[in-house]
Amino acid sequence: MTDQTPEPVSKYAGHPEDAKMWTARVRKGVVGALPPDKMLPDRQPAYVASWIYVFGMATITSMIVVIATGCILALKGPQWWHESGFGHFINSLHLWSVELFFFAMVIHLWGKFFMAAWRGNRSLTWITGVVTFLASIVTGFTGYLSQTNFDSQWISTQAKDGINATGGGAFFNVLNFGQMLMWHITLMPIALVVLVGLHVLMVRHRGVVPPLPAKGETIPEMTAEVPS
Amino acid sequence: MDLLGAVSAFYTAISGLLGSVVNLDQPGHYLNWGFIHISVANLIVICLMVLVFIAAILLPFPGHRSHKGGDSD
Repeated sequence: MTDQTPEPVSKYAGHPEDAKMWTARVRKGVVGALPPDKMLPDRQPAYVASWIYVFGMATITSMIVVIATGCILALKGPQWWHESGFGHFINSLHLWSVELFFFAMVIHLWGKFFMAAWRGNRSLTWITGVVTFLASIVTGFTGYLSQTNFDSQWISTQAKDGINATGGGAFFNVLNFGQMLMWHITLMPIALVVLVGLHVLMVRHRGVVPPLPAKGETIPEMTAEVPS
Repeated sequence: MDLLGAVSAFYTAISGLLGSVVNLDQPGHYLNWGFIHISVANLIVICLMVLVFIAAILLPFPGHRSHKGGDSD
């Protein structure tokens, strides 16, 4: 430890002779785009103090409950969640947290759509949100197919008819329970966590989108690009 | 086991209470308008989302105070 406080930049810069190494370049790029004070800011702009801005976080909170209850269901297995009282409880928590997840996500989507949240170089934030929404539907759907009850059998046969009618083939075979379960508990959760992570990083990078200006008012961000 | 038993009993009680209000042990109700075909349950959820969306815009946020020189990103 040195007595003098180092410059914030020098902490990540490394030795000058290493500046061309890929590690130094990646580090410089990442720290430049995502500095710690942007990653975990102490304050948010005043306009964030509105209920419409809480639904993104509500979606993530619901997703945490979905993943936690899903882990418990995976640990204990179908017989447990069908036959024991506590299994029913966790199974219900899993279902209702998914309901809350979609409920909050749709309101988040409406709020961001009506404030044109892609403004100010935020198009990738919007696009990752859209892809996350679509991936969530696939995750929810494969979850319905993984219930191991008559409902999941009914849904799978109806979905198979639908996919056959579109000529979708059998790469994604909804009648293959093992494949659907693997999609539901491995591929899709990993994809969702990565997508949500990217989405949040982009929000942190660009900042929370401001509301649309009132008539005749201009917000600097509407006319200028947000510095990266 | 006591905790699990308590949770199970609570779950059974809540299920019974909700079940006495809405009988879920029957086929769902559906509404039809031309090509639109929707279950009452889904319609209720959509209406709730619209109501919560409107409320989120109109209701004041608690504890809101403005900061001088706050973050402007």
